[in-house]
Order: sequence, then structure tokens, then C-alpha cells
Amino acid sequence: MEFAFTSEQQMIADTARSFFAENATSERTRRAMAGDGIDRALWAAFCQELGFSGIGLPEELGGAGLGLVEMAIIAEAAGAQVAALPMLGSLALCAQAIAAGGSAAQQQDWLPELISGETIAAYAHAATLTAAGDVLTGEAGFVAHGASAAVFVVANDRGAWLVRADAPGVQIAGLTTMDQTRPYARVTLSGAVGEPLAQPAQAIAAAHRAGFVVAAAEALGGAQACLDRTVAYAKDRIQFGRPIGSFQAYKHRLADMMIEIEQARSAVYWAACAVDEGAEEAELAGHAAKSFAADTYFMCAGNMIQLHGGIGFTWEHDAHLFFKRARALQTILGNGTWHRECVASMILGDVA
Amino acid sequence: MKLGFSPADELFRQECADWLNGQMAGEFKDIKGITKLTESPERRKEWEQRLGEARWGCIGWPVEWGGRGATLAQQVIFAEEYARAGVPGRVNHIGIELAGPTILTFGTPEQKQRFLPGIAQGKTIFCQGFSEPNAGSDLASVRTAARLDGDEWVVNGQKIWTSLAHISDWIFVVSRSEKGSKGPKGLTFLMMELRQPGIEVRGIKQINGDAEFNETFFTDARCPADSLIGAPGDGWRIAMGLLAFERGVSTLGQQMGFRNELDEIIAAAKANGAAKDPLIRQRIAKAEIGLRLMRYGALRMLSNSDHSKIDGAALTYKIQWASWRRGLGELAMDILGQAGEVAEGEAYEWSVLPNLFLYSRADTIYGGTNQIQRNLIAERGLGLPREPRGDA
Repeated sequence: MEFAFTSEQQMIADTARSFFAENATSERTRRAMAGDGIDRALWAAFCQELGFSGIGLPEELGGAGLGLVEMAIIAEAAGAQVAALPMLGSLALCAQAIAAGGSAAQQQDWLPELISGETIAAYAHAATLTAAGDVLTGEAGFVAHGASAAVFVVANDRGAWLVRADAPGVQIAGLTTMDQTRPYARVTLSGAVGEPLAQPAQAIAAAHRAGFVVAAAEALGGAQACLDRTVAYAKDRIQFGRPIGSFQAYKHRLADMMIEIEQARSAVYWAACAVDEGAEEAELAGHAAKSFAADTYFMCAGNMIQLHGGIGFTWEHDAHLFFKRARALQTILGNGTWHRECVASMILGDVA
Repeated sequence: MKLGFSPADELFRQECADWLNGQMAGEFKDIKGITKLTESPERRKEWEQRLGEARWGCIGWPVEWGGRGATLAQQVIFAEEYARAGVPGRVNHIGIELAGPTILTFGTPEQKQRFLPGIAQGKTIFCQGFSEPNAGSDLASVRTAARLDGDEWVVNGQKIWTSLAHISDWIFVVSRSEKGSKGPKGLTFLMMELRQPGIEVRGIKQINGDAEFNETFFTDARCPADSLIGAPGDGWRIAMGLLAFERGVSTLGQQMGFRNELDEIIAAAKANGAAKDPLIRQRIAKAEIGLRLMRYGALRMLSNSDHSKIDGAALTYKIQWASWRRGLGELAMDILGQAGEVAEGEAYEWSVLPNLFLYSRADTIYGGTNQIQRNLIAERGLGLPREPRGDA
């Protein structure tokens, strides 16, 4: 038992933090927001120069080995800068699904391309999907970075398929989305032919495990950034002849942010570790981390706007990037109420 | 980063569980499951001594002082198994968790020899003399005065909220030894024998009808000149060092007590049908998540050998658990409904959950109120400017 980063993990964290701080600047992110929500140069550097995209994927499939703890470390650093990257969809959800549930051929076909960043995949959960064999009809309303994807992992409760974006019967409509760093698309399948993943249940479970933790880690990084930036402002801004951070009404809100963030940090790395170690409580931990960290992020981002006053409400200030990402993370992959109900079912059992 | 325990640790867990369960099924059956700190004090002092004899009293201490030099993982395991076995809380927790570590860190070799074996053997029960009627949140304004009279300190004044003073043998006292000094300067940290003519202890009845806290009056109370920890005037530094020990391994044992409380709430919700209510389910899930996060927060805090870095995070622990537990008390009452507002018998005595509801209002006050905690987090953890202070 040693619930602290190893020196290797610390090194990854330091590298990731400085990479995103230097490269995922506000200016570049805003340029991506005006396009499809992806900073292509950042994505290429992330995948090819740093080799971070292979983390959490087996080395024999072109990955870098390591596990969810390391993925969480990277996602935390990316979240701190609201980096405009398709990491959650392409790597945490799709690549994990293919690695866990794809056939050897499917893994060979797709994983090297996803790891290199040359192909972007998006995860399309379609509850209303009907499948006649592998002919799919239905709609996924909110597919993150869906308009940028060359391939989809389409999943419902019973199956998972690979569907190429350019296949007949696939219609993709990009949607103007509140969080412009992760815009949604509506993906409509009208008799599109999917290639079934060999082991769909494993694929979906792996996507959820990684997706919950990566979303939570991103939220943690974002929440911490909201706190850090607001603390800096609190020391700098003078009103009534004092730095505003000296007023209790102000500093207590910052303290409350830190209290939640420290719990979110425990949640993220507990969940990541539990998955990596195959612990019994891994599933509960994933629900706990996703719901707790997203709520923490939203609380911190809301406070960031309030505590900056008028400037925090402007387009020019970055507070709204955090606020909108926070809101999106609360709802993506199941909202907090749903995750907590999952926890309740696990601990209360059958009470009907 | 690793959460699992090694096979050797798991063997140790079995050893702990076997011994503790054996005691609770045997000679100490009568105290199993007690949750109130004030219940059966004499038997629980005997239990302290049993722990001491078997060297389970302070396992993290060095072997030479009656401990086992246990690893962090072993301490975690013992704390967990202790609560799991339904063993009541330690009546000497102030001695084990605060006085002992303070003496280990700041005491002279003679003081270590004098106090540590007694604490480890469960024979020296300590209580804490910090707060005063006019020095609560503003602890540095204590007035209890100490003056050196030949080879003795003579102490006059009053302490309050001295938890379990009525069953303790010793008290450590933050006193003002420099006349006219103000604030944190001029304070001295004294170890005093409690049962002496100059000290009077009076119980304070609390909102739950119980009396765990006391007022302690000092009227020419005395202790030998070498009873001070550190130097005269060092009292504030020692007191602040002591407060850091409060965030140690003991928190994990405390959490296992919380686990038992939450389990009781879950059982009550299942029994009366509240567990079907979606809003109650959300709150139970939140409580469960909060408790787990407390555990992993504590493990993070303890795993980090570089304490300078984790200090900020460790500061958040007190308000986190206190607020969580206060919320747990409210959840318990919402589940119980009016049945929770009625005592079992004629006496104004409360079973575990209603008592939790009442008692937990103290959690967010003692050991630094939630408001003081937020100041500490903001000023020490986040480096924000201090609240301006009055001159008085």
C-alpha cells in the first residue's frame, strides 16, 4: 500500500503539465473552438512527439503499456488547460473498447492509427439503435467530436460495432455546442453496416471504466486550475484598500473549493488504481469518481466566475471555457444522479 | 501508486482480527459495541491496559517505548480491524495520539522515560487543557497563568471543554508564563498531574444529555519545574506541532467508526422502507462516496513522505469529516422520521443514531470550528493574506 505517485508517474505528470501549459494556450484553444474543436498541431504533438496516446494500451498493439493511473495523470494535465483534444472519445472510450473487445484483426486495423492520431474515433452511444444482424438503424444525438471522426464505435445495451463515417447510410450533423472544445454531432444510421466487435460486453465495460476515470481526471485538472487562477486573482485584486483574498467571505469560498478538490483527487486516483489492480470496488469507484469530480469542477468553475466579478463573465476571460467544460463533463457518460443511483444499488441491494 | 496490501500485511490483518475478536468474545465482551466515550470508563481503562500488555496500545511507536515500530500499512490495518471488531474507542486517545507524539518529538530523554511507557501500557490517561472561556477559536489569547515558584510551577486559571478530564490522570496545559505577554508569545506547555488539591473538574451537560466535556479550574495547582515540554515561551510552537498529530493514522480508526454508523443508517433505511425513496438513495450514495474518499484521502496523506507538499491537502481533512458526519446525523434523522425523536425509555438517553444527530453538532466546532478551518486552509494552504486582527 503506497497511495502516492511513483517517481516515474511524477515524471509523466511533470512532462504532461508543462506540455499542456506551453502548448494548449488560450489563444490556440480559441482558434480550435472556431473550427471543429480540435487543435490538430497539439493532437499531433501529443500523439507522435510525446507518445502519450499509447498510454493504457498494450505494447504488443503499439501502445505504451502502463495503466489508468497514467492515463488519469495525462487527462488531469489536459483538463487544467481545457485542451481541445479528442482524447476522451478517441483514446479513453474507443481505443479502450477495441483493445478490450475487438478481434485481433480489428485491433491491428485500428489501434495503431488511433495511437498515431492520424485517425480520430468517436464513441456513439445509441439507446434507440435497432440492429438487424449488423445492419444498424438509429440515432446517437450527442457524439463528442463526432464531426471530426473517421470511425465510430457504436454501442447500445446489447452490442458494439465499428462503423466508418463514410459508409453508406451514415449521416453526420455537427451541432453548435456550448462547450466548443468538445462539440457534439448527431450521428444518424439508416441501414448502415457495422462491423461487430468480437466481445461487445468487454468492449463497453472497458470504455466505461476508462471513460469515467478520464472524464473525472479532466474535471480534477480543470477544478484545480479554476482554484489556482482565482487564488492568483484574489491576491492581486485590491478593493476597499485590501487584496480581496483577505476577506473571509471570499477566502472561505476558495477554501471550500480546495476541500472538494482534494476529495476529487482522492476519488480519481482511487478509481484509476482500483481498475488497474482489478480491485473489487473498481466499479463503485468509477461511479464515485465521475460524479464527484464533475460536480466539484462545476462548483469551482461557477465560483471562478463569481469571484472574478464582471471580468469573469466576459468572452475574453477564460473562466467560461472552464465553466462550459465543467457543465459538459457533468452530463457526458451519465449524470451525477445516475452514477449515484448506481452506487446506491450496489450498497443497498434489492429493496423493492 | 498502489492500493492493495501485501500478503504479509494480510497475515498481519488476520493476526490483529484474531486477537481483537478473541478479546471481544472473551473477557471484554461487556464493552463490545459501546460507542459513547463516557460509557463504562473503568472497564475501558482496563481495556487500555490489556492493549498495553499485548503491545497493541501504540503499535506505531518505537519498540523501546512500548510500541511495535509498525509500518504505515500495519497501522492502517490495525486501525481498521480495531473498529471492525466492534471495540470501543480509546479512552486515552489524547494520550496516545497527542501527548505521546508530542513527547516523542519535543520531550527530553527523561520526559520520554517518565511518560511514554505509562501511556503505551494504558496506565497514564491524558486530557487536553487548551481552550478557555475567553480563548476558543482565538486560542492564543489564553490567560491561565503559570509562574515558577522555586522548583515548581504554580498555575492559576480555568480551562474548558476538557474532554474526559473526569477520568484522566494527567492534563497538558497551555499557560501564560510571561506576565503581560500577548498572543502566541510567552506561552508554556506544562504536563500536570490532574488529581491534586489545586485542580477541580466540573462536568458540562451537553445537548445530548451526556457529559463528556468539563470545566477544569486551577487554583495554585502545582507541578515540578521540569514538567514543561520545550522551553518557557515555547508553548505555542509545541501546541501547533501537537495539532498536526491529530491528522495521523488515528483518522482511519475514526473512519471505521463512521463506517459502523453509516451501516446502521443503511440498515434502518432498509428496515423502514426509506431505502426505496430516490432522494434518500442519492443521499446514502453521497454519504458512502464521502466516506470512501475520506479513507483514500487519509491514505494519500499518510503515504506521502514529503509532508511539506501534502500539508495543504491535510488541512482540509478536519472540516471534511466533520461536515460529512454532521450531514450523516441529519440523514439518519430523515430516515428515522419521528421515531428518531423519541427515546427508548423514560431517561433522556439516545441510541446511536439520534445521539449521532445531536453529538455531531460538536464535530464542526471542537478542534477548530469549520470557520477557523476555512481560514487555515485559505491562509496556510492557499497563501491568502491574513484576516486583519483587532488590537485587543
